[in-house]
Amino acid sequence: MTAESSHTDDESGDVAPGVEGPNIRAGVQGYLIGLGLAVLLTAASFYAAGSGLIWGPGIPVALIVLAIAQIGVHLAFFLHITTAPDNTNNVLALAFGVMIVALVVGGSIWIMDHLNQNMPPMEEMLQMQR
Amino acid sequence: MFGKLTWDAIPWDQPIPLVAGAVVIVLLLGVIAWVILKGYLPYLWREWITSVDHKRVGVMYTLLGIVMLVRGFIDAIMMRSQQALAYQAPGYLPPEHYDQIFSAHGTIMIFFGAMPFMIGLMNFAVPLQLGVRDVAFPTLNSTSFWLTATGALLVNISLVVGEFARTGWLPYPPLSELAYSPGVGVDYYVWALQISGVGTLMSGINLVTTILKMRAPGMSYLRMPIYCWTALASNLLIVAAFPILTATLAMLTLDRYLGFHFFTNTAGGNVMMFVNLIWAWGHPEVYILVLPAFGIFSEVISTFSSKPLFGYRSMVMATMFICVVSFMVWLHHFFTMGAGADVNAAFGIATSIIAVGTGVKVYNWMFTMYGGRIRFATPMLWSVGFIVTFVIGGMTGVLLAVPPADFQLHNSLFLVAHFHNVIIGGVVFAAFAGLTYWFPKAFGFRLHEGWGKAAFWFSLAGFYLTFMPLYVAGLLGMTRRLQHYDLAQWRPWVLLAGLGVVVTCLGVACQIIQLVVSIRERVELRDEMGDPWDGRSLEWATTSPPPAFNFAVLPDVRGEEPYWEIKRRAIETQQLADEPEYQAIEMPRNSPTGFITAFFSTLTGFALIWHIWWLVVVGLVAAYAVFVWFAWRDQDEYEIPAAEVAAADRERRRAREAWLRANVRVREPA
Ligand code: HEM
Ligand SMILES: [Cu+2]
Repeated sequence: MTAESSHTDDESGDVAPGVEGPNIRAGVQGYLIGLGLAVLLTAASFYAAGSGLIWGPGIPVALIVLAIAQIGVHLAFFLHITTAPDNTNNVLALAFGVMIVALVVGGSIWIMDHLNQNMPPMEEMLQMQR
Repeated sequence: MFGKLTWDAIPWDQPIPLVAGAVVIVLLLGVIAWVILKGYLPYLWREWITSVDHKRVGVMYTLLGIVMLVRGFIDAIMMRSQQALAYQAPGYLPPEHYDQIFSAHGTIMIFFGAMPFMIGLMNFAVPLQLGVRDVAFPTLNSTSFWLTATGALLVNISLVVGEFARTGWLPYPPLSELAYSPGVGVDYYVWALQISGVGTLMSGINLVTTILKMRAPGMSYLRMPIYCWTALASNLLIVAAFPILTATLAMLTLDRYLGFHFFTNTAGGNVMMFVNLIWAWGHPEVYILVLPAFGIFSEVISTFSSKPLFGYRSMVMATMFICVVSFMVWLHHFFTMGAGADVNAAFGIATSIIAVGTGVKVYNWMFTMYGGRIRFATPMLWSVGFIVTFVIGGMTGVLLAVPPADFQLHNSLFLVAHFHNVIIGGVVFAAFAGLTYWFPKAFGFRLHEGWGKAAFWFSLAGFYLTFMPLYVAGLLGMTRRLQHYDLAQWRPWVLLAGLGVVVTCLGVACQIIQLVVSIRERVELRDEMGDPWDGRSLEWATTSPPPAFNFAVLPDVRGEEPYWEIKRRAIETQQLADEPEYQAIEMPRNSPTGFITAFFSTLTGFALIWHIWWLVVVGLVAAYAVFVWFAWRDQDEYEIPAAEVAAADRERRRAREAWLRANVRVREPA
C-alpha cells in the first residue's frame, strides 16, 4: 500500500532460503532443509542430555550451543532473516528482541543469585545457624 | 457435569454483590431489549460488532475503557468509605470482601480501564496520523478487542458467580497458590488476564506492523507525528513484555491446576522468582500506559499552543530511551526482598536515570508553550494539569528509587499515592485529553466545553484532595490495603482522602453530563470542516467523521507537519490543491470472526475456572474452527467505486472551500 511495503524480496539480490519467489519448488526445498536441520539439532539435544557421551557438567554448555544453533536455523529458514537492505526492519526487531531477552534473562539470573544467597529457604537458614 | 459450579457459588448471603450484580444484569438486559425492540440489532451487528474498521474498533476499545473506569471507581468509593468508617470499628465490608475489592480495583483499572482506553485511542488515531486506510491486520484487530472484552466480562462475572482473587492486583505466591487460595478467585484473575493478554499482544503486533510498514508516501520515520512514535515505543514494549506475563501466569496456573512447584513454598519452588518475573513485565507495563499518554499531551500542547512541538527529535530520542531503559529497572519494586546492596544500588540508579528522559519531555512541553498563542480548551487544561501533577509523582518516584528510603516507604500509602499520582495524573488525564481532542474526529461534533472544564477542575481538585493526604498517612507509617485501623494520627488524613473521592465523584458526574449534553446539542457542536482545533497532523485533513477509507487519495508527505503545510499552502494561494484523479478503493470486508472467537473464549475461560472440562474442549475446538473458517474464505475485500470516492471527497472539498472563504474574511482587516 505504501512505498515501503511495495518492496518485494525478488527486487533485492539477496534472497533468504525458503522465500517464495517465482520458483515454488526452491521455496519448499528451503523449508525442508530447515526442517531437517531443526530435527537434527533437537535429536542431538536429547542425545547429549541422555546418552552419557558428554562429561556431566559439560551438558548444559552443549545444550546452550545446540539451542542457539536451533534459533539460527529458525531465523534463517523459517523467518527468512537476511542482511539485505529490505530486511532492516526485521534485523532491528531481532536486535531489539535479543537485547530484551538478554536484559531480562541476565538480570533475573543476577537478581536470583543474590536473593538465593541472602534469602535461603528456612531449613538452610537453620542449618547455617547451627 | 458442571465441575465445581453449584448454586452455592452465588453469594446468597452477601447483599452488596448480589444487589449490585442484579442491578447490572437488569440494566444490561434492559439495554439489550431496547436495542432489539428498536430494531438496532442488525445495525449494531453490521456496523460495529463485526466491524474491522480501525476507527470503530478504536471507539469500542475506548468505550470499554470508560465503562471499566467507572466500574473500578465504584470499587474505589467502597474502599475509601470503608476506611473512613473503620477507625477502631469493623466498618461495613468484612475482610474477605474488602480484599476482593482492592484486588478487583487494581486489576480492572490497569487491564480493563487504562489499557483499553490507551489502545483504543492509538487504534483510532495512529492510522489517521500516518495517512493510511487501516491497520495492518484489520480482522486481527477486531479479534484483539473482543478478547479484551472477554477478559473484562470474566472479571465482572466473578462478582456474582463465585468470588474474585483476594491477593492484590498482582497475585504473589504463596498466597495465590492453591494451599492458601483454594477458591476460584485467583483462577478468575488468571484466565481473564490470559485471554485478554492474547488480545493485547496481538494488538501490539498489529500496531507495530502498521507503524513500521504502512505510512503515507513520503512519511519517513522522522516525519511521523510524535504520537506515532510513542505508540511505536509502547507497542514494542507490549510485544516484548506481555509474553513474560503470559509465561509467569502460566506457571502459576500449572502450580494450581496440575500440582507443579514453580512458586510453592515446598518441593523446590521459589516464590521470589514470581515476584521477579511479574515485575519484569510490570515495570514495562507502566510505560506501556504512560508513553502513549506522553504522545497525546505532545500533540495537544503543540496544537493548542499553535506552534510546532519544541525539540521534536529530542522527544523521539527521549521516547526510545525510556522504551529501552524501562526494561532495566524492575527490581525497584522489590528492593526489600533482600537482593542486597549491590543489586539494589544498580537498579536504584537505573530507575533514577529514567527520570532524565521524562525530564527532557517536560522541558520540551514547556518550551512548546513558551511564546505560543495558547488556547485553554479542555484538552489543553488536562495537559497543563498533567505537567504539574506528573512532576510531583515523578519526584516521589525518584524518592522511592532510593533503596534506604524505599525500605521505609515500601507498601505504605506513600507508595499508593506515588503510583496514583503518575497513573491518574499521567494516563487518566491523557485519556480524557485524548478523548476530548479526537471526539469530534470520531463523531463529527465537539464535546461541550463548559461541562468539560468543570469535569477537569473537579477531577484535578479531587485528585489532590484524595492522594496528597495519602502521602502524609504513608509517611506516618500507614500501610496499604488495611481493612480497619486503630491509630488516631491516621484518621484525619483518611477522612480527607474520603472527601477527595466525593469531589472526584463530581468530576465523574460532569463527564457523564458532558457526554449527554453534547449528544443532545450535537447540531450546534457540529464540526463541519474536519479541523476543529486548527490541527497540524494528517487526521485533521479528512472529514469528521472520516469515511471508511479515511483518505480518498493518500496524502503526499513533504515535512514534519504535513497537514499544516497543506493548510498554509491553501491559505496562501487562496485555493485548495487541484482535484486529484479518484480511483476505486479496496477495503477489508467486515467479519464476525473476532466476536465468535471471543464468545467461545469466554465459554472456555469460564469452563477452565470451574473445571468444566467438556466445555473447555467444546470452546477450544469451536474457536479453532472459527479461525479455520475465516482462513478459508475467498473474498476478503470489497471495492468502493471511484465515483463514490469522488463524491465523498468533493463534499469534503466543498466544506474546506467554504472555510477558506470565511477565513479570508476574518483575515482581511489584519
Ligand atoms: C520518574 C519516574 C518513576 C520512578 C522513578 C518511579 C519509581 C517507583 C518505585 C521505586 C516504585 C516502587 C515503590 C515500592 O514498591 O516501594 C514504584 C511503584 C509504582 N510505580 Fe513508579 N516510578 C516512576 C514512574 C511511574 C509511572 C510513569 C507509572 C505509571 C504510569 C508508575 C507506576 C507505578 C506503580 C503502579 C507502582 C506500584 C505498583 C504496586 O506495588 O502495586 N510509576 N515506582
Ligand atoms: Cu516500576
